[in-house]
Amino acid sequence: MSLSTDDVRHVARLARLALTDEEVDSLGAQLSDILAYAEKVGEVATSDVPPTSHPYPLRNVWRDDEPRPSLPPAEAIATAPQAEDGRFHVPRIVEGEA
Amino acid sequence: MSADLVTATAAQLLERLNAGDVSAAEVAQAHLDRIEATETQVDAFLHVMHDEALAAAADVDRRRAAGEQLGLLAGVPVALKDIFTTRGVPTTCGSKILDGYRPPYDSTVTARLHAADAVIVGKTNMDEFAMGSSGENSAFKLSRNPWDLGRVPGGSSAGSVAAVAAFQAPLATGTDTGGSIRQPAAFTGLVGAKPTYGRVSRYGMIAFASSLDQCGPIARTVTDAALLLQAVAGHDPMDSTSIPEPFPDLRPSLGAGVDGLRIGVVREFLESEGLEPGVRDRTTEAIERLGKLGADIVEVSLPHAVYGVSAYYLIAPSECSSNLSRFDGVRYGLRVGAGTAEEMMAATREQGFGAEVKRRIMIGTYALSAGYYDAYYAQAQRVRTLILRDFAAAFEQCDALVSPTAPTTAFAFGDKTDDPLAMYLNDVFTIPASLAGSPAVSVPGGLDDQGLPVGVQIMAPVLGEDVMFRVAAALEAELGFDPTPRGPNALKAAL
Amino acid sequence: MLEQAQRYEAVIGLEVHVELNTNTKMFCSCAIDFGGEPNSRTCPVCLGQPGSLPVVNAKAVESAIRLGLALGCDIAPVSQFHRKNYFYPDMPKNYQISQYDIPICLHGELTVTADGQDHRVGITRVHMEEDTGKSLHVGTSGRIHGADYSLVDYNRAGIPLLEIVSEPDIRTAAQAQAYLSELRAIVLALGISDAKLEEGSMRCDANVSLRPVGHTVFGTRAEVKNMNSVRSLGRAIEYEIARQTDLLTAGHPVVQETRHWDEDAGRTSTLRTKETTEDYRYFPDPDLVPVVPDPGWIEQLRAGLPELPAARRARLADSRGLSAEQAATLVGAGLDGILDDAADAGAPPAEAANWLTNEVVAWANERDIEPAAAPLTGAQLAELSGLVADGTLSKKLARQVLGGVLDGEGDPRQVAQARGLEQISDTSAIAAAVDDAIAADPGAAQKVRDGNDKAIGALVGAVMRATKGQANPGLVNELLRKRLFADGTGGGDGG
Repeated sequence: MSLSTDDVRHVARLARLALTDEEVDSLGAQLSDILAYAEKVGEVATSDVPPTSHPYPLRNVWRDDEPRPSLPPAEAIATAPQAEDGRFHVPRIVEGEA
Repeated sequence: MSADLVTATAAQLLERLNAGDVSAAEVAQAHLDRIEATETQVDAFLHVMHDEALAAAADVDRRRAAGEQLGLLAGVPVALKDIFTTRGVPTTCGSKILDGYRPPYDSTVTARLHAADAVIVGKTNMDEFAMGSSGENSAFKLSRNPWDLGRVPGGSSAGSVAAVAAFQAPLATGTDTGGSIRQPAAFTGLVGAKPTYGRVSRYGMIAFASSLDQCGPIARTVTDAALLLQAVAGHDPMDSTSIPEPFPDLRPSLGAGVDGLRIGVVREFLESEGLEPGVRDRTTEAIERLGKLGADIVEVSLPHAVYGVSAYYLIAPSECSSNLSRFDGVRYGLRVGAGTAEEMMAATREQGFGAEVKRRIMIGTYALSAGYYDAYYAQAQRVRTLILRDFAAAFEQCDALVSPTAPTTAFAFGDKTDDPLAMYLNDVFTIPASLAGSPAVSVPGGLDDQGLPVGVQIMAPVLGEDVMFRVAAALEAELGFDPTPRGPNALKAAL
Repeated sequence: MLEQAQRYEAVIGLEVHVELNTNTKMFCSCAIDFGGEPNSRTCPVCLGQPGSLPVVNAKAVESAIRLGLALGCDIAPVSQFHRKNYFYPDMPKNYQISQYDIPICLHGELTVTADGQDHRVGITRVHMEEDTGKSLHVGTSGRIHGADYSLVDYNRAGIPLLEIVSEPDIRTAAQAQAYLSELRAIVLALGISDAKLEEGSMRCDANVSLRPVGHTVFGTRAEVKNMNSVRSLGRAIEYEIARQTDLLTAGHPVVQETRHWDEDAGRTSTLRTKETTEDYRYFPDPDLVPVVPDPGWIEQLRAGLPELPAARRARLADSRGLSAEQAATLVGAGLDGILDDAADAGAPPAEAANWLTNEVVAWANERDIEPAAAPLTGAQLAELSGLVADGTLSKKLARQVLGGVLDGEGDPRQVAQARGLEQISDTSAIAAAVDDAIAADPGAAQKVRDGNDKAIGALVGAVMRATKGQANPGLVNELLRKRLFADGTGGGDGG
């Protein structure tokens, strides 16, 4: 599968990576190679084979609806690169960019 | 005096500590001195926990003197791969995007080591977000193979193996997703194990590929590896994928030998194209030795193992592309100031992630995207099912499988960094057990003709750690490998 | 307009989110608590800290199944959580754990009554997901548009949500309102949420499109958000139908987009245009294992379901001889309990029903409280009916007494006495007023004698005024006629 520059830019946008033009070129070529190799999986006949999402078969792993102590607010916010009034600061969100 | 403290195994240290021969403080100091004496050569650590280690050791001594019950690893130094969160202590996962990050909580592995009274000496270097097979993807430093300082120690648990091989600590934790404990253990003459998926809690273990990641032990002996695994394994309610069954005590079966066991040899692996002759030879010799010890050697096939790398390099990047979305400059880690929220996030991730991480995020995003999901991600998961079935079928014919751990011995820095695919092919023998969720261990099988360590991999059925370690112990006893790095370019630091 | 209404039919589907009233969040054990300090109900899991893992809240699963059963859904024998991947600052992981192609409940239905007719609305699915954090937009308007920056509080992040998706079977605003009201009534009956639209514990989005009558292909739809009440939903849908009708009639296409309902302005406006539909790259969450509800447990939950509104309405109408409409109003207002009690205490059900649906609902609305919270018991209502029946109170006076009871002045008899509202039925007390009225208006008196019966109204009115409205009107009428038609002897019943 060969990726066009547009493909690469589209995927980079989905992944929120502000790639440089150089990266778009070099990554594009590398991704094409890697995906070409990965496409080998397509050689395998799998029509009746279910996919495996979890290698060890567990079911119904739940917990009781009992509260446990939360982090003190000071600790919750301590890792924030920027905070104000106990909340995490985010630069302006432009709707439609989401 | 301290030389024998740092060359001692964990088991030996425990004996001496319990006998009152030596104090935990002396043991800790000896290892901290060793770290200082050798770090400029091996660069294993991102963060050495001097004060914490000495305080923990002093506490062990005080409680032992008071007659208190102590944990399984009381006073034993352990190095932690920097992928495990340690409360208040820097945790970077080898990435700039977490430079300076101090987690508000301990991983379950960290907590269990504390509960076992281990003395954590520091956080070790790694490929960024566990993505790599050489250690060269760390954003911070290059860890070096103590056997040859111009060669990679392997990855992603590069610093953990460098530390143990250099006698900086007898034990280290690593993580293994596609071979990241086993391959570097093979490259550095160590024992490195990946348990059954779900044996060790992933809570606080920064996620790369959630359905593949597992914590495992790195040590110089099989007994030590089993000991460390024992201390951290077992059900954790904080991890929904954690196996409920209690972890067995491995010690009783370790010395049981291989007489009567059926050992499977994977045909496809020994016929593999990129397999170096030295590696092939040490592996076949190991198999012969097991035969002489009384094991039945049978040839088995894992017909879909050849698709393992392809399936893995769709599944793992897909999961990681989602796991790494949380790194966006809002709640922790690096923030690169820019205009809008979206611009800030994209700039932060661009600057905070290295090339390999970006590559895998891109592959994963693509493989999950509309129109491609079924042919890529879903197909890879179906191939995964076939590999699981191959293993199940193989384990009906044998009790354990043996293969080379990696196709080559340690390569030189820069040898494979130009070609991502070439780097990925390092994992061709380790990936299948990861996909199957089966336990697998690498034990030293000797040296190649360049004097570099060769690793032999032993795989067992799901929940079969006892069989796996039993075979490993038998092979170790038979081969009598000396884990001291030696050679013209090896670590120079008098012991 | 009639012509256009014949040309297009509206096709409406509703997506409703219900915030569960569990004690803890969906995937972590943080307590749910409103009004606390920001980020005071968070932990590594709901903050999306590196290494954190989700664990499912059993109570949320139970609530999902109960709602599915109440909506006539099939409960999926196996369901799975999926990751919905997109970036937004109020999402701690930049993916939301939700359910995709195997949700826990499927294929239900809800029959609603609107415009006097029953209408069946299919329910596509009910699934579990987690809520996001809350952003404060700092800038001039407090809205996101034009804000300088935002501040995020993750207390709400991770709260369990159930999403209920209807088939596009709804055709009118009234049906939509009936659907939302009925769904809300069911949720309240189950006790799984307080379902307050104004507060956001229940949220409704509408997908509205038009197509020519008789066509089966769907038209382009607009998604409308921000309707915070049932009334608001109705208004928004009517506006949107009109807007789209105008566009199509004028030959313009409807743009596929998300629109924001502005309650004050009474219109929808573009929130965001979806040039490309968002690619959420759904894949099964590797951190969460499948949900396989035990069939026995499902039957237990089914058997334990409370009487649902539809059954309640039918039972009420049947057992108390009320119309379907009256029963619906009572159940909808939560007043059916009081009615049952009143009827059991002897009140004629239809009369008690009238008091409740007319007076009590109005009283509650004026004070902005739920009718069901009105401080009135069935026994009091029965007492009131009794006082009317035995002539102590006229209907008019009874209304005043009821007001007094609701205002906390006491039981009906006490209120009537305290306020001096008891109807005067003592003949001698009224006789004087009757005589005065006749004397004061001889013209009217003569008209009555001459056969104009209606003219007696003026005289009745005069007597009522003179007795401050407390004379028994029936008695007044009787006495006036006796006086007017008595023979000239003037004897009468004066005494």
